Amino acid sequence: MTEEREGRAAFRVKSAEIAVAALFLATGALVMYDSVRLGSTWGDDGPKPGYFPFYIGLIMAVAALVNLARGVMIPPDKNGPFVLTQQLKMVLTVLVPTAIYVGAISQVGIYVSSIVFIAFFMRWLGKFAWWKVAAVSVGTAVALFLVFERWFLVPLPKGPIEAFLGVS
Amino acid sequence: MAEIQALAGGFAVAFSLKNLLFMFIGVILGVIIGVLPGLGGANGVAILLPLTFTMAQTPGGATSAIILLSCIYWGALFGGAITSILFNIPGEPWSVATTFDGYPLAQQGRAGNALTAAFTSSFIGALVAVILITFLSPVIANFALEFGPPEFFSVYFLTFCAFIGTSKEPPFKTLAAMMLGFALAAVGTDPVTGTLRLTFGSTSLLTGFDFLVAVIGLFGIGEILLTLEEGLAFRGAKAKLNMRVVLDTWKELPRYWLTSLRSSAVGCFMGIVPGGATPASFMSYGVARRFSRDGDKFGTGKVEGVVAPETAAHAAGTSALLPMITLGVPGSPTAAVLLGGLMIWGLQPGPLLFVEKPDFVWGLIASMYLGNIAGLIVVLTCVPLFAAILRVPFSVIAPIIVVVCAIGAYTVHNAGFDVWMMVVFGVLGYLFKKLQYPLAPLVLAIVLGDNAEASFRQAMLVSQGDLSIFFTNKLVGGLTSLALVLLLWPLVAWIVAKARRG
Repeated sequence: MTEEREGRAAFRVKSAEIAVAALFLATGALVMYDSVRLGSTWGDDGPKPGYFPFYIGLIMAVAALVNLARGVMIPPDKNGPFVLTQQLKMVLTVLVPTAIYVGAISQVGIYVSSIVFIAFFMRWLGKFAWWKVAAVSVGTAVALFLVFERWFLVPLPKGPIEAFLGVS
Repeated sequence: MAEIQALAGGFAVAFSLKNLLFMFIGVILGVIIGVLPGLGGANGVAILLPLTFTMAQTPGGATSAIILLSCIYWGALFGGAITSILFNIPGEPWSVATTFDGYPLAQQGRAGNALTAAFTSSFIGALVAVILITFLSPVIANFALEFGPPEFFSVYFLTFCAFIGTSKEPPFKTLAAMMLGFALAAVGTDPVTGTLRLTFGSTSLLTGFDFLVAVIGLFGIGEILLTLEEGLAFRGAKAKLNMRVVLDTWKELPRYWLTSLRSSAVGCFMGIVPGGATPASFMSYGVARRFSRDGDKFGTGKVEGVVAPETAAHAAGTSALLPMITLGVPGSPTAAVLLGGLMIWGLQPGPLLFVEKPDFVWGLIASMYLGNIAGLIVVLTCVPLFAAILRVPFSVIAPIIVVVCAIGAYTVHNAGFDVWMMVVFGVLGYLFKKLQYPLAPLVLAIVLGDNAEASFRQAMLVSQGDLSIFFTNKLVGGLTSLALVLLLWPLVAWIVAKARRG
């Protein structure tokens, strides 16, 4: 791997492996904890509610320990980059707006937030002319409205602007 | 010959103008889904599933709905080949092996031949699998009518052990991913006692995690994030497909009949035992390379190298529906989504379906024949159109796919919380894909978790907690033993490899 050419690693494989394995271990422990609370043993009338999940949690924790050990034992020469800084930047430029978009859905409805979301992407990443941005983003919202609300009668979340236009 | 008669009845159901229309709509949508990065068979069907809720309530609507959804699946299977051959980007994981010889062929200006070979082999693979389904599924369903909880649990057990035995991912990662699926399935109300489990006081978790949301996040958002990482430019070969090229390729194809036959067999086997289409395509490519007369020229643009993986992938993708309709155990994530659809429409997949809803089952099987013919026609005539989709800049396609995924996640339960879960699953999908945690067993565990647990607990109740109930008769003992062999297979392989080296 010629890293100078490909950019700097934001995270390496070893740390990513360890982090994900630790996450699995924690989840397994959490599942076991709640199963013990519910009763993971054999009751009077058969297995208690926590019986099955307890073993699921246990197997998950054991598998996570093996993965964790294998992650820790990755030798330095095999510890390549997990994600490069510019790759991570690219991923975050999508992930952060997506999170904002999802948060906006419950506030202003799905149509308005979708129009803004698509427009933002086309203008910011694609550098499209405004008329193209408007055509695609509004066109998509109208198409979605027709398909979901009119043809298949599936209501989608709407906000104050739809109420103002009288389409909700 | 009761099957032929039942099938004729099925054709009568499927062969209405409305259903034929749904078939073509499904196939076209499916190919588009297969071509687009971030959308695939599993999440494409998951997103469109809520649209069928009202449709399935009308008389005969459930059959139309399953025809629409299964044709999306066939379309996605066909569509994956287009991007592999023209752009060297596998649109679907099972078309990775198609790039090995498909893209070199396209670079030599023989894209038309490669595409024709891919589509035709896909069709043949699917046809073999559908014929298998036609004659084998009534037998299996009939046989499975006698199944009790121990038998069902041993089938589930076999399904999950097969993942560990056949997947190319590290076995402990497969195990961890699978257990995460089971744990997510356990969240919510305990199906036997009604106790709340793993909800930690949250009201949003009362109903548990819906696997449709997980599928949309893991495969949709996760895939978008991965695609972004690899850069945005798609550079592809020109697609020219005229009648002469098609006929020329068809003249060449009979030469590879043995490869087709072998690949179909590999595909059907891997589809029924839930290995899935992806390992099937790799396996059959490897087998074809070993047995072919000019195997050392594989990878430089051999038509045979396109025939092998495509036949196997489509055979596996199709035969994955066999255990789904007969036992209620899907062989692939997409089959799992279709299974989820049946349950939402109020149909109980499994052996009883053949007795209670023969119209539905045979209509579905007949539609598999017709849907694949429709698929072949659509892809052979419209390739340039579909290839044009990939020339639309990613900065336009990516946000639209995210919007469609969000709507799909929302409409499952009309819950905003699910859209957040989709984003979380998207990040998980991205991490898991990069670290080789397989997604298919995770999804299947979410789908089957409750049923597997219920059958396990019922079996344990019968035997008063004695595990030997899974060995009481030949059938259940055989299934359990086979499962254990598959479970321990990686260990055996590891020891053998170690012994050879040392």
